Amino acid sequence: MKKDSFWKRVTGWSLFLPVVSLLLVMAVNIIHDIAVGANPLSFFMITLRQTTGNGTILYGRIIDILNRGSEVAILAIGMTLVVSSSAGTDISVGSVMSLCASFCCMLLAGYGVSSATTLACPLIVGILAGILLGVICGMFNGTLVAYFGIQPMVATLILYSAARAIGLLLCNDLIVYVRNGTFGIFGGFLGVIPTPVVIAAICILVMTLVLKKTALGMYIQSVGINGRASRIAGLNSKRIIFLTYMLCGLFAGIAGIVASSRITSADSNNIGLYFEMDAILAVALGGNSLGGGKFNLAGSIIGAYTIQAITTTLYALGVSSTQAPVFKAVIVILIVAIQAPPLKAYMKRRNMAKQVKGAA
Amino acid sequence: MGKKTKLNGHTILLLITIALFIVLYAGGCIAYGSKGFTHLQTFLNILITNAGLICVTCGLTIVMLTAGIDISVGALIAMDCMILAVGMRSGMNAIVMVLIVLLIGVAFGMFQGFLVGYLEIQPFIVTMAGMFFCRGMTAVICTDQVSITQQTSAMFYAWANAKINIPFGGYINSKGKYMVPYIRPSVVIALLLLILTFIMLRHTKLGRSFYAIGGNAVSAAMMGLNVKQIKMKAYMLSSIFCSIGAICYCLNTMAGSVSQALGLEMDAISSAVIGGTLLTGGVGNVLGSFFGVLINGTISSIVKTNGKLASSWPNILTAALLFLFIVIQSVFAMLRNRKK
Amino acid sequence: MEENVVLTARGITMTFPGVKALENVDFTLRKGEIHALMGENGAGKSTLIKCLTGINDFEAGEIHVDGISGPVKNHSTKDAQEVGISTVYQEVNLCPNLSVAENLFIGREPMTKFHTVDRRSYNKRSQKIMDELGIAVDVTQNLENYSLAIQQMVAIARAVDMDCKVLILDEPTSSLDDEEVEKLFTLMRSLRDKGVGIIFVTHFLEQVYAVCDRITVLRDGQLVGEYPIADLPRVKLVAAMMGKNLDDLAEIQKESIEDVSRNPLEISAKGLSHTGTIKPFDLDIHKGEVVGIAGLLGSGRSELARAIYGADRASSGTLSVGGKEVKIKEPIDAMNLGMGMLPDDRKAEGIIGDLSVRENIILALQAKRGMFNLLSRAKQEEIAARYIDLVQIKTADQETLVKQLSGGNQQKVILARWLATDPDFLILDEPTRGIDVGTKSEIQKMIVKLAGEGKSILFISSEIAEMLRTCNRMAIMRDGEKVGELDHDLTQENVMKAIAGGEGTK
Repeated sequence: MKKDSFWKRVTGWSLFLPVVSLLLVMAVNIIHDIAVGANPLSFFMITLRQTTGNGTILYGRIIDILNRGSEVAILAIGMTLVVSSSAGTDISVGSVMSLCASFCCMLLAGYGVSSATTLACPLIVGILAGILLGVICGMFNGTLVAYFGIQPMVATLILYSAARAIGLLLCNDLIVYVRNGTFGIFGGFLGVIPTPVVIAAICILVMTLVLKKTALGMYIQSVGINGRASRIAGLNSKRIIFLTYMLCGLFAGIAGIVASSRITSADSNNIGLYFEMDAILAVALGGNSLGGGKFNLAGSIIGAYTIQAITTTLYALGVSSTQAPVFKAVIVILIVAIQAPPLKAYMKRRNMAKQVKGAA
Repeated sequence: MGKKTKLNGHTILLLITIALFIVLYAGGCIAYGSKGFTHLQTFLNILITNAGLICVTCGLTIVMLTAGIDISVGALIAMDCMILAVGMRSGMNAIVMVLIVLLIGVAFGMFQGFLVGYLEIQPFIVTMAGMFFCRGMTAVICTDQVSITQQTSAMFYAWANAKINIPFGGYINSKGKYMVPYIRPSVVIALLLLILTFIMLRHTKLGRSFYAIGGNAVSAAMMGLNVKQIKMKAYMLSSIFCSIGAICYCLNTMAGSVSQALGLEMDAISSAVIGGTLLTGGVGNVLGSFFGVLINGTISSIVKTNGKLASSWPNILTAALLFLFIVIQSVFAMLRNRKK
Repeated sequence: MEENVVLTARGITMTFPGVKALENVDFTLRKGEIHALMGENGAGKSTLIKCLTGINDFEAGEIHVDGISGPVKNHSTKDAQEVGISTVYQEVNLCPNLSVAENLFIGREPMTKFHTVDRRSYNKRSQKIMDELGIAVDVTQNLENYSLAIQQMVAIARAVDMDCKVLILDEPTSSLDDEEVEKLFTLMRSLRDKGVGIIFVTHFLEQVYAVCDRITVLRDGQLVGEYPIADLPRVKLVAAMMGKNLDDLAEIQKESIEDVSRNPLEISAKGLSHTGTIKPFDLDIHKGEVVGIAGLLGSGRSELARAIYGADRASSGTLSVGGKEVKIKEPIDAMNLGMGMLPDDRKAEGIIGDLSVRENIILALQAKRGMFNLLSRAKQEEIAARYIDLVQIKTADQETLVKQLSGGNQQKVILARWLATDPDFLILDEPTRGIDVGTKSEIQKMIVKLAGEGKSILFISSEIAEMLRTCNRMAIMRDGEKVGELDHDLTQENVMKAIAGGEGTK
């Protein structure tokens, strides 16, 4: 048999797309740095910097991307599983983040209090309650999708519009501030490293271990590819789909706490806004089919940080945060269009025609 | 088998939707009768406020019939409104601006439709990108809120303030003055569009094709329908209807701003779903979607009339209704499968 | 173009990644003939048909259609319809959410002068078409309200009404019962007499000899030959398809079947039922016994098996496994009791297409072990290798995606999946449907072998002959009810009589 060419092997690699996109973003940064006369490698520079609070922290654009991209990376884990098992997306994650943050801050500050310096309940209770609420939201979505057979997008549409509103209700229409140093730690720094990076790393690590050491990954893919056949082969398809939504809710809860801790408050209207889009995008960018089935977690994670890198780069290029979506949209369309089966088929036909011509 | 049309699950759902609207509205009348809820004008106001949404929902229903989705509509409205506002501020004629906005709808829909139909990219992804694009573009055009006043365009101002009086159903207000009930031109546009869509879906080749590819796209292709083109047309119609909706919307708000019509796509989707359109495609009609919009409008109106309820209640109630309806839909589907 | 020829294909070549699906294939269809296209799975029948109908883009070759000058290259089914080639596929390709009439006329609706569809006119015409074909339907009802068989007839009615010169029937009979098949044959013959050329693809040899005039045989993507039906007796046809003389079938037949009725009971069902599909039935299966379920399609034979296995949860009755009464809610419960089921719908309920052969084989075993007890990769590979070898799956390697295998090999993968769980009781629902003769005989041998090892087997098949070769006993199904059992005098005639029913002579 003829060995595949180097190029074919590279493009066939499952992480080809996410890695190439990440490299592209880096290239844009380097070119920009050269153009403005800065050190071409400033993108990769990591330095130690003194903070106003007399601490020392890591500083640099890469650190910033890793830090700011944490929430999307955490969400992308759950989203990958949901997409794989149910061929649908959980569009409620952003709202659920907001709800969890609101619930957590409401417990910590007390109902109706808009700004608290002393905690109304132990920190750990607030945090766990917030995450637990995320799990419950996930279970709600999971029940609708798995046991009622409702289309994922519709099922999660309910919490998409309700969760944020319920969060507002919990906070009595206020932005609740928890001005207590300990709460801020989850969005701050652990030593010199940003805590969100650590939290994201832990989430990724745990999930990777679970996928390596249990049959969960195979179960999810099997159910995603053919649910009926999986059931006959002894898998409880419904329970597995339910589980993926529950996990997705769990990760949304964790992301919500991180996002809330970052700003030491629960800003119901803005926490997690459009994050569901970023999370879905991360999954797609990671080379995963949104039609379900096989998944690649590493791809989604790289995808998540790529999105953050794009955002950060755009800001660095002077694009405002409200205008940035234009570029994101263009990038999304380019990525998915390149992957589109009809286009691939067309290219293949053209290549084949070329080969035939060459042979003749 | 008799000639009678049997009451199937879908018809029952539509009846439930209509009944729900009547119950809700009657409830509102009983609870807030003293605050003027019983007046015809309250109902007309629901139509006026939601004229844009009706147009959007008509388009979205078409897309949903083909088993697709279009979440770019809210952002497209924002972009259209901004273009209208900025264009008229710079002295352009209102009619020209309206035509430009409609053309943008055609072009935008064609592009989205091409990506979905011909490149077979998931509609959710395409229209999500479309949503990002429009929202961002709105900010690129202008980041501030731009108002349309009598000075910027007298013609547009006149359209917005035109009243079409209804010869019945008026009431005498507290000052003893007879209030003539009225609607705005936007309502007429919306209702006309609704009727046209209804006829189109039921009686034209294209309309039936939407149902066919929603029922089974592979079969439709085998039977010789040009599925790609039909899909593209669905997205084009959605964007065109959305642009018409944007004009109606702009006539109400008389402004363009980046945060306009935020989350409107969800209102439209929930209206269609409450109205009995299945997101799996092939089932639904615009009449149901219209009642879906009315139900959403009535809830908002009740919350507003109450005055004391938190602003998030309409969202929560709509979501609760959505929940109720999709559970009913799924139970119907399960019962049908069991029968088989 | 020769006289009387309606369609010719010359030198058709088509490659799929790694496989030459068709290589230089010629095909000729004459006016007014029913032409069987035969071949094993993977022979290239479907591919050739897809080339004719414009679904596949072939790389080389030419297609000529009567009345059209120059070669025809279809790019869609619409193109094909325009040159007069209509197709009815195995899966019903209609829209369930539209009315019967709309399904007949979609894409070519009569229009009113207002450019709207003339519903009244096409409803009337549709009713006339269906009445003429003797299909009792209300054309204004949605298609989804009718049985699969009726839906199939509607699909054929549509093709017939398109005034086609070439009608391709791709396994149209697989979801029809005998009476409906006969109705279809009547229709095919009358169309033939009107001069339509019909290409008929089927796995049922009887049907070929009942209705066809000519046979073209393909093997491994190549043309074997074209024969008038009289020149090709069954044995020769099988030989042409297989490419070798096959005595394997006869070999099994000779084997005497030992008496196992004194063995202990493995499965004992009392009054088991599933509302709407199968009425209460009793069934005993001994260790080492092969019990066949005979009955027409839709007689409840699959449903009986599904109720035992828990694929459809039993709504009444009791089930004992190995003498102990058990409750089965989900297939996994049945598996934990040592059962396995190879379902009849391979695509929908059998294979996990995007997973590898290895993963497909170990799936059931892994499910039995539970999520937290993952088989190591080395162990997985060992098991997969063992069963690939045992049931002789033809695959490039373990990591090949199962969807890339041919139908017969996919079926073997599922069989391997169940053998890997070492079941005591195995349900095989149509394990040989749609697969080639060689694999068929291999599977039949496997059944006898497994029974010899003391496993109990419930064997469902629409081919009575193959059940006769393998079964100790047969249960007879009719109209969703178990109507009797045959344990001696197992002959084709007796079984047929039992299926047809006592009083009604056929």
